[in-house]
Amino acid sequence: MSAADVLELSAARVADAIAAGSLSAGELFDAYRSRAAADRAAGDDGLNCFTWVAEDAPEPGSPAAGPAGAPIGGVPLAVKDLFCTEGVPSQSGSRILEGYLPPYTASVVQRLYDAGASLLAKTNQDELAMGSSNENSAFGPVRNPWDRERVPGGSSGGSAAAVAAGLAPWALGTDTGGSIRQPAALCGIVGLKPTYGSVSRYGMIAFASSLDQAGPLTRDVRDAALLLRHMIGQDPCDATSLQFPHEIELPTAQRLEGVRLGVPEELSGEGIETGVLETFRAALAQAEALGAHISEVRLPHAPHALSAYYVIAPAEASSNLARFDGVRYGLRAEDATDLLDMYTRTRHDGFGPEVKRRIMLGTYALSSGYYDAYYGRAQRVRTKIAEDFRAAFESVDLIVTPTAPSVAFKLGEKTADPLSMYLNDYCTVPMSLAGIPAISIPCGLSDGLPVGMQIAGPAFSENRLLEAAHALEQAIGFDGAPARV
Amino acid sequence: MRAIVISRDEVLHVARLARLALSEDEIEPMARELSAVLDHVARIGELDLDGVAPTSHVVDVTGALRPDEPRPCLPREVALAQAPAVSEDGFLVPSPQA
Amino acid sequence: MERPPVSETQRTPPQTPAGGSSKEDVRYEPVIGLEIHVQLATATKMFCGCELSFGEPPNTRICPVCLGLPGSLPVANARAVHFGLMIGMALGSELAPRSIFHRKNYFYPDLPKGYQISQYDEPLCRGGKLGDVRIHRVHLEEDAAKLIHVGSSGRIHGSDASIVDFNRGGTPLAEIVTEPDVRSPEQAGEWLRLLRSTLRQLGVSDVNMEEGSLRCDANISLRPAGASELGVKTELKNMNSFRFIERGIRAEIARQEKILAGGGQVVQETLHFDPASGAITSLRSKEEAHDYRYFPEPDLLPVAIDQQMIDAARADMTELPADRAERYQRELALSPETAQQLAFRAGLADFFEAALTVQVDVSAQTLANWVTVELAGRLDDGDPANAQVTPRALAELAGMVGSKQVSVGAARQVLDTLVADGGDPQAIIEQQGLAAIDGGDELAGIVAAALDANADAAQRVREGNAKAIGPIVGYVMRETKGRADGTEVARLVHEQLGSQ
Ligand SMILES: [Mg+2]
Ligand SMILES: [Zn+2]
Repeated sequence: MSAADVLELSAARVADAIAAGSLSAGELFDAYRSRAAADRAAGDDGLNCFTWVAEDAPEPGSPAAGPAGAPIGGVPLAVKDLFCTEGVPSQSGSRILEGYLPPYTASVVQRLYDAGASLLAKTNQDELAMGSSNENSAFGPVRNPWDRERVPGGSSGGSAAAVAAGLAPWALGTDTGGSIRQPAALCGIVGLKPTYGSVSRYGMIAFASSLDQAGPLTRDVRDAALLLRHMIGQDPCDATSLQFPHEIELPTAQRLEGVRLGVPEELSGEGIETGVLETFRAALAQAEALGAHISEVRLPHAPHALSAYYVIAPAEASSNLARFDGVRYGLRAEDATDLLDMYTRTRHDGFGPEVKRRIMLGTYALSSGYYDAYYGRAQRVRTKIAEDFRAAFESVDLIVTPTAPSVAFKLGEKTADPLSMYLNDYCTVPMSLAGIPAISIPCGLSDGLPVGMQIAGPAFSENRLLEAAHALEQAIGFDGAPARV
Repeated sequence: MRAIVISRDEVLHVARLARLALSEDEIEPMARELSAVLDHVARIGELDLDGVAPTSHVVDVTGALRPDEPRPCLPREVALAQAPAVSEDGFLVPSPQA
Repeated sequence: MERPPVSETQRTPPQTPAGGSSKEDVRYEPVIGLEIHVQLATATKMFCGCELSFGEPPNTRICPVCLGLPGSLPVANARAVHFGLMIGMALGSELAPRSIFHRKNYFYPDLPKGYQISQYDEPLCRGGKLGDVRIHRVHLEEDAAKLIHVGSSGRIHGSDASIVDFNRGGTPLAEIVTEPDVRSPEQAGEWLRLLRSTLRQLGVSDVNMEEGSLRCDANISLRPAGASELGVKTELKNMNSFRFIERGIRAEIARQEKILAGGGQVVQETLHFDPASGAITSLRSKEEAHDYRYFPEPDLLPVAIDQQMIDAARADMTELPADRAERYQRELALSPETAQQLAFRAGLADFFEAALTVQVDVSAQTLANWVTVELAGRLDDGDPANAQVTPRALAELAGMVGSKQVSVGAARQVLDTLVADGGDPQAIIEQQGLAAIDGGDELAGIVAAALDANADAAQRVREGNAKAIGPIVGYVMRETKGRADGTEVARLVHEQLGSQ
């Protein structure tokens, strides 16, 4: 096999080839490493997917090189910058963590090392996972491989663009309000946000603790299942992590016989681009042809999800980001006249505009006199949204919506207006608030740009999600090649 | 419902709480953007939520506790290596009393 | 300084009407509530596996969690919860089946995450009573790190510098908040001693104030005697010895009395008492009033207390000082004072109970007096375990005094030896020749000599001045090294003077 052919293979196939001895893990790693290094070297002429690229393949036996014969042995992995990786730069796309080298590795990354994954690169992202366009990074914006003038989505934009462009077989991302699903949709790949608690958050530089969840960004559904299989599991270091009730199976379904798909009108009409809606409806028709039963469902409080989210997430973030004070790590403003001056200037210089905005928003929402009106109410809305889903899942097995209201938009198009940027998460935030799993798969093109379809299910229904997504993926036969040329 | 408008003083008060310096030219835009977002999110004020319990954790279980067993600590030099300013055995900061 | 809503009503008093005219004649009643922080004697910290630090070199008991490194997460220590439940049981509190950790947000270099994980409106324990003071709540939280001021440093531009040592950061704390039931500095000190001995008995803390494992804040307000409405309260912070607490509270009461008597108004603020100068200074910094922005800690799920945990806590409970004192009064008819002197010092009480099992013919009260007065007075560290004397030896000695085999004075000398070297009282009495000399010729002779040596005293006794007998008896006691029985000597004096 030529290097070029190898790079066309899915991660699952690569793992099989390595296991079968028909492919050398070292050669594979070098092939990807050189492409990733080239993109990094290209700077503005590249996609700017990476914040760090491995010098060379990890020494056999080193923590970043899994045991021989491990299930995903030798498959290179790109990891979002915000996962702490021991001795490897981990800044969560922020200047506040300039030069930070963590003394420990995130639990989920360690799990993947143990399963045989080897660390290829750290990927660019919106600063501290706050953004939907990857334009908020201290390392500069990431470009969309389908159109360099457009955004890849965010906050896991570097992971999505790298996988879409074939610069990595697969990647880790995190999703708080859509940060895996939306970039996956805009880059024409598969992205899955698991049930809250199924993947350890220990070592993930936090944005919003009650929402953050790590997940796979991959070329196809099978890869997503394979990577997720080795991510899940309870972690004694994360009190909110849970024992996943069963194994993650590799999906094989070709049909959707008798599967009841619910389409919530609240998330599939107003505010969604026409081209996106048409592509989405075409995919629904294909689902029906595969034997699925399509019906309307109501999520009455979904229209308020975005409001609740933009209170809860910034509130938690304002507290999570208080530790960035210039005392123990990262940036410290020079020549502080006193402690207050050191704090305020360090945080002024270290945080970008969007992060500042959310810190202010969250601090305000928690401050005395406003808690009940904002945070308290938002948490009650959250309860109603979870109830909406519970009710809906009594009449349908899965809920389907467009992943994002639009296809990839132009760089700079929405940076001036925070609200219009926040609306990117309109369809993905409700699932995040409810803590339920959701996957985005490419379901076609609109104006030559990928459109994503989101499939959501009840907590721990990942296997059902993956089967349905797999059947649809096979029927749609989406071609991701254009992004890789 | 009246539009929410965040004043310059409110911005400065919140920025102080958040230990965030704002340059003169950042204050007005911040006030405008916060007002716009808060005005949007305030729509949840229209919902009738009487008797609805707040959700602070989606996971419907109670906390796993940790056995009281020692685990290895970080070597001091490793911890101090990341600090912007250290004095041989500790993290150096401007004195709060100063 | 906790300000949970549950306590607002009881603990944030309404402003008293401005006292325009000075009213010297008004007498004021202090109303005092206490907040006690107790370091729990767990093996590891509240939310991480670092061992607790006892004077290790700075920053050697730290990990990603207690350093607040990015990505680290807290996991609550099961034994800290267990100890919290034991404290709740000891104070007769209601144990919450479900309690929640909150984040208390503020910036300070000794607070690595920018927030303290504490409990707010759903604490582990509510209510209860210890002695004469009602308990408001008991909750769990994490301790702050230590700041060491190092003066000006080249490394820090133009200002004084401090060094942060995170060894203490994250140590488990139980915060005990009382209702404002304390009425005097003395009562505060007394009650804290009871609390300390209770916690020590439970084994949940070292309760060493000097080392900071027991720290106390006091909320103090004054109101006209008899009034029901509370005055404006101030909070006196972190007093680290019983003596300082009583002196600090006394000083603050005086300060408030002066203000009110002068027609002024007390300002609600946080104060510091400097034991050296006796001065009280305001801790209110130039900063804005605190706004802690409490909200439920999303990294920790609610703590659920099940029957198993309650049974485990109950199984570890021992008899508490207050119960023990009550039992001594009920079963042994000890005076309340003696009962407390024993019960609040577990070492003495254990010694007393052991002595009580020895078959000697003395009352429990008499034996208790020997322990609380004579023995306790001879112990430098207050713990008989570290002295040579055994409970049996003390009981036998008390018995011999009771049966007049040895005088009280001589018995005191015997006890000196017992405490220092141990041994058997009977043997010591024989070695040192301290056996009581019964009345009879020997003693009569010594009395006669005493009368000659104190002729004028003797004369006054004859004239009916009973008090004048002192020097005569003293002479006899010196001659007999205290072996003579006082009453017998007096009898002989009067007999020989023919003065009764
Ligand atoms: Mg406290
Ligand atoms: Zn620790």
